[in-house]
Amino acid sequence: MAAIDAGGRGAPARSWINDPKIRGAIYQVLLVVSIVLLGWEIVTNAIINLERQNIASGFGFLKNTAGFGITQSLIEYSEEASYGRAFWVGLLNTILVAVLGIIVATILGFIVGIARLSSNWVISRIAYVYIEIIRNIPLLLQIFFWYFAVLRAVPNPRNSVEFAGSVFLNNRGLFMPRPIYETGASAIAIAFLIGIVGSFIVRRWAHKRQMETGQQFPVFWTSVGLILGLPILTFFAMGMPIGLDFPELKGFNFRGGMAVIPEFVGLLLALAIYTAAYIAEVVRAGILAVSHGQTEASYSLGLRPGPTLRLVIIPQAMRVIIPPLTNQYLNLTKNSSLAVAIAYPDLVSVFAGTVLNQTGQAVEVLAITMLVYLALSLLTSMFMNWYNARMALVER
Amino acid sequence: MKKYMLPVVVGAAMGLTATAASSATLDDVKSKGFIQCGVSQGLPGFSNPDDKGNWTGLDVDFCRSMAAAIFGDATKVKYTPLSAKERFTALQSGEVDVLPRNTTWTMSRDTALGLNFAGVNYYDGQGFMVRKELGVSSALELSGASVCTNTGTTTELNVADYFRANNMPYEIVAFEKADEVVQAYDAGRCDVYTTDASGLYAQRLKLTNPDDHMVLPEIISKEPLGPVVRQGDDQWFNIAKWVGFAQINAEELGVTSANVDEMKGSDNPAIKRLLGVEGAFGEAIGLGNDWAYNVIKSVGNYGEMFEANVGPDTPLGISRGLNALWSSGGIMYAPPIR
Amino acid sequence: MTDRDIHFVRTEFVDEADAPVTSIGFIGWMRENLFSSVWNTILTLFGVYLIYLIVPPVIEFAIINATWTGTGREDCLADHGACWAYVKAYFGQFIYGRYPDAERWRVDLVFLLGIVGLVPMLIPSIPFKRENVIFLLGLFPVAAFILLTGGNIDLNGFLLPDWWIAPSTWKFWIDFAIVGIVIAALTAVISIKAQSDPKAPVIIIGLIFAVMAVVAILADIDFGLETVETDRWGGLLVTLVVAITGIVASLPLGIVLALGRRSKMPVVRLLSIIFIEFWRGVPLITVLFMSSVVLPLFLPEGVSFDKLLRALIGVALFSAAYMAEVVRGGLQAIPKGQHEGAQALGLTYWQNMALIVLPQALKLVIPGIVNSFIALFKDTTLVLIIGLFDLLGQIQSSFTDPSWSTPFTSHTGYLFAAVIFWVFCFGMSRYSLFMERRLHTGHKR
Repeated sequence: MAAIDAGGRGAPARSWINDPKIRGAIYQVLLVVSIVLLGWEIVTNAIINLERQNIASGFGFLKNTAGFGITQSLIEYSEEASYGRAFWVGLLNTILVAVLGIIVATILGFIVGIARLSSNWVISRIAYVYIEIIRNIPLLLQIFFWYFAVLRAVPNPRNSVEFAGSVFLNNRGLFMPRPIYETGASAIAIAFLIGIVGSFIVRRWAHKRQMETGQQFPVFWTSVGLILGLPILTFFAMGMPIGLDFPELKGFNFRGGMAVIPEFVGLLLALAIYTAAYIAEVVRAGILAVSHGQTEASYSLGLRPGPTLRLVIIPQAMRVIIPPLTNQYLNLTKNSSLAVAIAYPDLVSVFAGTVLNQTGQAVEVLAITMLVYLALSLLTSMFMNWYNARMALVER
Repeated sequence: MKKYMLPVVVGAAMGLTATAASSATLDDVKSKGFIQCGVSQGLPGFSNPDDKGNWTGLDVDFCRSMAAAIFGDATKVKYTPLSAKERFTALQSGEVDVLPRNTTWTMSRDTALGLNFAGVNYYDGQGFMVRKELGVSSALELSGASVCTNTGTTTELNVADYFRANNMPYEIVAFEKADEVVQAYDAGRCDVYTTDASGLYAQRLKLTNPDDHMVLPEIISKEPLGPVVRQGDDQWFNIAKWVGFAQINAEELGVTSANVDEMKGSDNPAIKRLLGVEGAFGEAIGLGNDWAYNVIKSVGNYGEMFEANVGPDTPLGISRGLNALWSSGGIMYAPPIR
Repeated sequence: MTDRDIHFVRTEFVDEADAPVTSIGFIGWMRENLFSSVWNTILTLFGVYLIYLIVPPVIEFAIINATWTGTGREDCLADHGACWAYVKAYFGQFIYGRYPDAERWRVDLVFLLGIVGLVPMLIPSIPFKRENVIFLLGLFPVAAFILLTGGNIDLNGFLLPDWWIAPSTWKFWIDFAIVGIVIAALTAVISIKAQSDPKAPVIIIGLIFAVMAVVAILADIDFGLETVETDRWGGLLVTLVVAITGIVASLPLGIVLALGRRSKMPVVRLLSIIFIEFWRGVPLITVLFMSSVVLPLFLPEGVSFDKLLRALIGVALFSAAYMAEVVRGGLQAIPKGQHEGAQALGLTYWQNMALIVLPQALKLVIPGIVNSFIALFKDTTLVLIIGLFDLLGQIQSSFTDPSWSTPFTSHTGYLFAAVIFWVFCFGMSRYSLFMERRLHTGHKR
């Protein structure tokens, strides 16, 4: 306004350069052009450098023989396998440690988070100290601690700690009996599945009955009976088709049975304990976000503290908890890449480590690795968004 | 994406860049006044910094020899510690001028990575170290053992080949850094520690009780270790090659850092050629004719370097073995200067 | 029986009795908080047992059985506890890495300058914040750069081809002048075209270039300081350099990305989203691998970066993506009325952002920024995997020194590292809480 008064020009003639639309278009074109130029520069540089240095390129290397061993593999792997196979071994190991880590961290995190709000002074103080200590120390340091410091405290195979003559703990890992499946063993798996489906049906039926008649049904114990009882019954009915392969000390180490390598244990412990501290804070914030009136209203309806927590507080808190919880799960998955520091054969260690070193094809190997993590992240957040949407429907 | 440009421009403007001309490394080195030398992150006997940051070792002496040949001054070297993973990239990108980093000469490295190996400064082989208390006396008794090693090296592949060839099961635990391997082996994670035999002697010093461990007699691979330069610069390649050869020739001719001045007056034509009294061999590689004199005067011949860094009188206590001159039972052999 | 005989009316109050011993004081507090029910009692006993399991052994290891003085491993082997003598012997390396002894005063001076600049900045009641920011973000980085590296860098020019003018300081200044003049001219042309006064933007550009020139001159001058290559840096020095450079570089980048993500221009928004989600989706360690192994391949032949600088670029890009999300949170909290008010006043987009929205948004996200700094500070330990020696890397590499290797050396080293990191991170998180509370009151009615 001031400008119009002072200039007295009336409506100023507008230059096209001042039109926000045209301007925006110019900016965007400029941005795209500069990015394309930069990308072009990078790609040509890379091609020139690779050619000059005579480094092979392309993804053909994935079919070449790997030639190195891997400590832990969920799928068949030997030195004759290809680099591509080694990639899958690494990826599955990453997923294994991430999934188990998420489960353990969630359980531990919820316990600590609720303990933090406990009216018991000792318990809430312990939870507080745990959270503040663990969150403020780098994860890598914790991994080193759990691996190197604890490894030294565990005896060598000849002096293993023994539990019931079948489980052994030493500095080569934890050795347990491995089940051997004989004919008929699949019936047990089927019984287990039937148990799970059965308990779902019971739950729905009990819910419906409670809605109609107000009578409750002990769903939990029925489910336990179905899921555990059915397979056990089948086990005996089929004539005990599962045997056990016990680990035995032979030469340097235990043979047979099931072995959990110390790298896995160290990494899992560190990841779970570290992430649990963050999850605990998320849980605490979530529970505090539910107004106290909800608790009071629930008490006045005659619900005891247990059901109040389970039926009133947690469902409402979950909606606050889930988005940050997703972030923590993603962090844990990404942090599992620190395995490379303690030789747990995860994706980064096997693929971006050994394979990269053996082939020298850094660009391809790192591109694949980064894309895999990106995909894992996107998948997790998609799942969590879906879950979040489902939880949000509870609101009326 | 403009954001990339900022660090690039800042970095370029701040001069934190090293310029590497692939065609004339020598001119480049002369103009900046020192050699940038890629070494290990700490391997006693080969390249190891003390707590003051001074580097010593056989590989370090190679860098000093090159500096002596070019500048007549063995101190004009700067060291870049490199991990096994980044060593080749660092050389290829021009971050270092020469890479004497206990690197094994293999065909694929020589041909597929755009590098050239300038001779061998230590003939090594992969060996095994075990605890004495295990009572093992041969590598063939290692069936079922856990083996600790480094990733990114040839050792990881050799050990796989060896155990497979002998039909022995094993468990491999491969770490990114040598220090972590030592720590894990020391903590009892593995029965066996495998790397180049020289490395075993060197790393053994870092164990809590070095005397509780022994190196097994088997050598399961050939590991000729040598300095590496970029492919495509023949002059620089020649300098690197002939600095090494000159030191071996010097040992053969009995020229040492102590007697090199007297030897200048020697009647032996081979010595005269070596020390630049006769002929113009230095000029042919772009250096002064007293290049080899400077090398031997300030660093010494090959035997002297060996004795000072890894020989029997050092903590490593390695005997000459394969690395003795061809004339005394080893395979150290250099083409003549003529 | 008459009523009077048994009727009794108390005429004065009975003295208030003390509350039962069991409900006041320590005992009462214990009954209330620790033993109020059977379940609570079990929990308390369990908690006490946990403390018993963890605390006494730690104290025993760290204090009672510890060796405080000594000159080598023999001194520490005797007691089965922490070997603090080793930390004492290595303390210099843990702080400075392999920085030359004679030059360590330079690092100390940088630390001191940093503290002098930072402390008044952090205390809200101290005035002269503007001068303080100029010192911290303008003078301090230049001074730190010159002190730590030794300055005296070679300026070689960057624009004109080498065969035209030989690389020298002169070429640098010619190149510099060309770039400055071209940018100023472009700005002038555009503003004239847009019918506004070209004077102001050209002066601003001139000032920016003048400041850059001063920085370049300062970096070029030989102050007589010995050059110290970055591969001799280590310990806490590297940790702080990586963390602070990372956060300072990521802040402007993060702001630009956050604005980009909220931009109305679809291309800008899409690119910002891709950039942010990409860096947030990959682990830092792969970013560091990329910067240490792949980045050299992307550069033109003959150009290479210092190893530390490469790691810094990776860390800055990585944390910029996280910073962008933090800033976006702040931007979203600014009510729409502020934008509309600014537009009604005739402010341009950048004036609106710089004068109205960002000052409010950034103030809101200070705790978030501090939290991402804590995360970054902890993440700096990852650089040890690519072979830089930060505090943890330096400590780890000292474990293999045969003259100090005992079964307790690594425990001691890790404990020391944990304590240092904990003190830094806990301090910062307390500060973040303090700021949160302080900022919160501003919005309360």
